[in-house]
Amino acid sequence: MADSTVKKIATRESYGNALVELGAENPDVVVLDADLAAATKTGVFKKAYPDRHIDCGIAECNMVGIAAGLATTGKIPFVSSFAMFAAGRAFEQVRNSVGYPHLNVKIGATHAGITVGEDGASHQCNEDIALMRTIPGMVVMCPADDIEAKAAVKAAAEYVGPVYMRFGRAACPVINDRPDYKFEIGKGTVVREGKDVTIVATGICVGNALEAADMLAAEGISAEVINICTIKPLDEELIIKSAKKTGKVVTAEEHSVIGGLGSAVCDALCKAYPVPVLKIGMQDVFGESGPAAALVEKYKLDGKGIFEQTKDFLK
Amino acid sequence: MNNLELKKMANEVRKGIVTAVHSAKAGHPGGSLSAADIYTYLYFEEMNIDPQNPKMADRDRFVLSKGHTAPGLYSTLAHRGFFPVEDLVTLRKLGSHLQGHPCMQHTPGIDMSSGSLGQGISSAVGMALSAKLDGKDFRVYTLLGDGEIQEGQVWEASMFAGHRKLDNLVVIVDNNGLQIDGPVNEVCSPYPIDKKFEAFNFHVINIDAHDFDAIRAAFKEARETKGMPTAIIAHSVKGKGVSFMENNVSWHGTAPNDEQYEVAMADLNKIGEELVKEEA
Repeated sequence: MADSTVKKIATRESYGNALVELGAENPDVVVLDADLAAATKTGVFKKAYPDRHIDCGIAECNMVGIAAGLATTGKIPFVSSFAMFAAGRAFEQVRNSVGYPHLNVKIGATHAGITVGEDGASHQCNEDIALMRTIPGMVVMCPADDIEAKAAVKAAAEYVGPVYMRFGRAACPVINDRPDYKFEIGKGTVVREGKDVTIVATGICVGNALEAADMLAAEGISAEVINICTIKPLDEELIIKSAKKTGKVVTAEEHSVIGGLGSAVCDALCKAYPVPVLKIGMQDVFGESGPAAALVEKYKLDGKGIFEQTKDFLK
Repeated sequence: MNNLELKKMANEVRKGIVTAVHSAKAGHPGGSLSAADIYTYLYFEEMNIDPQNPKMADRDRFVLSKGHTAPGLYSTLAHRGFFPVEDLVTLRKLGSHLQGHPCMQHTPGIDMSSGSLGQGISSAVGMALSAKLDGKDFRVYTLLGDGEIQEGQVWEASMFAGHRKLDNLVVIVDNNGLQIDGPVNEVCSPYPIDKKFEAFNFHVINIDAHDFDAIRAAFKEARETKGMPTAIIAHSVKGKGVSFMENNVSWHGTAPNDEQYEVAMADLNKIGEELVKEEA
């Protein structure tokens, strides 16, 4: 992964690009923003379909409500903002105006996690997965790269019901560029087979977990890496099957270890096949300002961090 | 319907409210009764709807932003034929389609789930925007409480509606002057309500919420207003029609006991008899 020839692209870019393609295919697709179209990368949709791009101004709660109203009339609204505001500020609107009536609203939340970088902790949302997965009927997805992000957006448009999609600000390596790649909501993928430990990762941590697996292999440890894009509904079968093989599970996410992927994996394992689990993520702390890569390293979410913590866990 | 027919229907709607809330032993009679004439006018005169086809594609829409006054909407929908009037006594009971606050998935005729204050107006704005995007001519109505407009989201939605010139949107504020903690102007005054909506680029009409001539004229004026949404500030009496509930804040969210129920129904029956005399 240190290979400089590996293509890198931020998943928020993938979101905007996928919306343009969807816009051409489906006239019911509309995109809403709260004065952040330049940052959420929906600007390309706005340029292509100006009449179907609705800038609501800096009013995320109202934006979510407008999307709910649009959905009742048959539109497929994609609501765009930073994760902090889409899932955080507008939580109750998402819960009551979208989740409770199970409306066909898609939430594209960009700038999730600490890779927001320099803006600092106020804008680094490490709680959105936890918030969204508590809403009954809400699909929660966190794509690992450009290819998965575009596939997730397309799948969200086809699925009838509320969907939360989590995208990042920083460019991340493309890891799914293979001819047999296919995407399905609720299905995880074994991206590397192993027998000593299972690393279940989501978002940018999938690529980093693959790096960690290389480092572990150099020390004679065989790690299986599972990419979980859909955190809800979770591919429990795949995770349990792998846990039965390896007997130890590590979860890795750019999110709080409280309520996110790690918690979802523990929920699945504790009822079916309890094994020791190490949750790698934000350890109940706020982030801070700094370059994205430096933050990922500091909070031990990079390949080296996942490698070291996994190694300690296996001792 | 002429005014007398509307008055008689509104009185039946009020009886349904009292009956439902009494049966539930909980609910919000005060704000349901204050808006009963508005509900009646909307569903029996103003809106293009079909009780046999509640999801008709290009129907007019209604969003009860002040969702706690669901008994008023339920009673109106039942009397309009969306579901049996007998269902009203199941209000808030386990297994009933009549939830404590409106639920679009369960109750025929409910266009949007609501109840968390300040949210309904946004979804109404979304519906009105959808009509504009598709060049459709359906209209959208939403009813807010005067306490509800303390919620900031109401003004986010209003700013957007004014900015987008949504002249197919009518916001009605049921200005009965009372909220749970007391008079609205003592709790956290929303006044002047009309000037606030004017400042958000609405056409504003002040009316007596219990005068069908005024109600009729206001909705006609809203229909004729182009290039801006309309806000109707409906000056009402909380608990209207039930002597001991009128202008009494303690009836915001309290159900009448059996004895009080009898008195309330006697009050409404008397009003009904007077309307029959008026007819003769």
